Amino acid sequence: MVSNERDVPAYSEPLDPGFSSPGHFEDLLRAGKFAVTAELAPPDSANPEDVFARASVFDGYVDAINATDGSGANCHMSSVAVCSLLTRVGYSTIMQVSCRDRNRIAIQGDVLGGAAMGVANVLCLTGDGVQAGDHPQAKPVFDLDSTSLLSIVKTMRDRGHFQSGRKIVSPPHMFLGAAANPFAPPFDYRPIQLGKKIAAGAQFIQTQYCFDIQRLKNFMNVVRDNGLHENVFILIGVGPLASAKAAEWMRKNVPGVHIPDDIIKRLSRAQDMKREGRQICIEMIQQIREIDGIAGVHVMAYRQEQTVAEIIDRSGVLAGRTPWHPGVLNNTKTKSETAQ
Amino acid sequence: MYKVRRWSTRHAAFLERFYTRFEALLTSAHPLFERLGYQRIDRVFSVIERVVKGFLFDSKMCGSCTLGSTGMTCPMNCPKKMRNGPCGGVRQNGHCEVKPEMPCVWLEAYSGSRQIDTGIRILQLQEPVDHRLENTSSWLRAVRSKVSGVSHGQ
Repeated sequence: MVSNERDVPAYSEPLDPGFSSPGHFEDLLRAGKFAVTAELAPPDSANPEDVFARASVFDGYVDAINATDGSGANCHMSSVAVCSLLTRVGYSTIMQVSCRDRNRIAIQGDVLGGAAMGVANVLCLTGDGVQAGDHPQAKPVFDLDSTSLLSIVKTMRDRGHFQSGRKIVSPPHMFLGAAANPFAPPFDYRPIQLGKKIAAGAQFIQTQYCFDIQRLKNFMNVVRDNGLHENVFILIGVGPLASAKAAEWMRKNVPGVHIPDDIIKRLSRAQDMKREGRQICIEMIQQIREIDGIAGVHVMAYRQEQTVAEIIDRSGVLAGRTPWHPGVLNNTKTKSETAQ
Repeated sequence: MYKVRRWSTRHAAFLERFYTRFEALLTSAHPLFERLGYQRIDRVFSVIERVVKGFLFDSKMCGSCTLGSTGMTCPMNCPKKMRNGPCGGVRQNGHCEVKPEMPCVWLEAYSGSRQIDTGIRILQLQEPVDHRLENTSSWLRAVRSKVSGVSHGQ
């Protein structure tokens, strides 16, 4: 079964009742399908072909593509541009917005711009500190934090005005996302934080890498006890580790990443560490799939993007479904055509 | 001055009670303040406030004080200026991603808020800072909003 729902977010097309966006990512989640998203690392390039090449490795295995916004505080092509390029050829994209580099004036402008280019999903992030990246001498802006950013974009969408109160003629139709990290302290505060983000406007969540299934289960227990999973779609972050050394480096240098010792031991004992890393990721996805209240997985395979297709395929989470990609463009109808 | 700051968080309940009485005292002086003119006395008050809150909380004088909602911990000490909870970068030892030697401001805020009766206020959504209010007295702002029943600047 090939999904025939290309992301065709024509602004004038009316939204389905109860929907915030015209995108098929929201559609899929509301239909109760287990969704797969993947992270695209924007190129250090001004050539659009580099963007399309990076997206095409996910073809047929991913429902929506996240374009990072200066991830790790490193300079790359902007998220709004990557998403805009990809929506032009029909991909479903998730525009990441970080508060590190821009103030509220710039961010609200980008949200309108992204929405006008057909971007249907936005992920509101605080962003890593500048010390983590290639420009540690830069000014950290942090005019907003992820939660206040959420409430501002929600206000733009639902009330049709900027934070200043000035009216927006045609508000952005966007599905709002936020991040969560169940794997960093304070553990008992993390579900509370999730509730706060939902109250601020979060409709979907993408988490930090999960390498510790027990911590995730503890978090989800509290989430379910409070009914939070009924108000938000939770996608759990996963990714393949390239080697024991890479895992050591990551947990030391990438903010917020927690990798238990036994994962690193398992990797170092393996003959083919890369293969073992993929195997761990597949097992993680399958265990995540079994937990109640989880709506999908978010694959972050930095510098190993070509392995995402294999990982998703072997995990079996798509259950025979083939997400839309430009290769199926010719035999595809738009959403409204299907409805007729 | 992490030491004093952490002492204040540990004594959040006492400081909260003290502030409540202090605010009531200031509020009773409202007619006097109004005669003198709030704008005129703001300079004096903001200097005192900076010294006191600077010593106790390493206050950054953002002018939109949240101490009562954040367990007597100033969230503006967070290098990312997080006002609605910790970021995802907190280290496994509970320290800051940006300043590894500093305990996460929000771990402190959470522990402080659990000691005070109004700790539930940590759930309040904090609006982004109004940068025009930086270095002005939030004590006086609290008095005026209490008297008028509407919030001033927040």
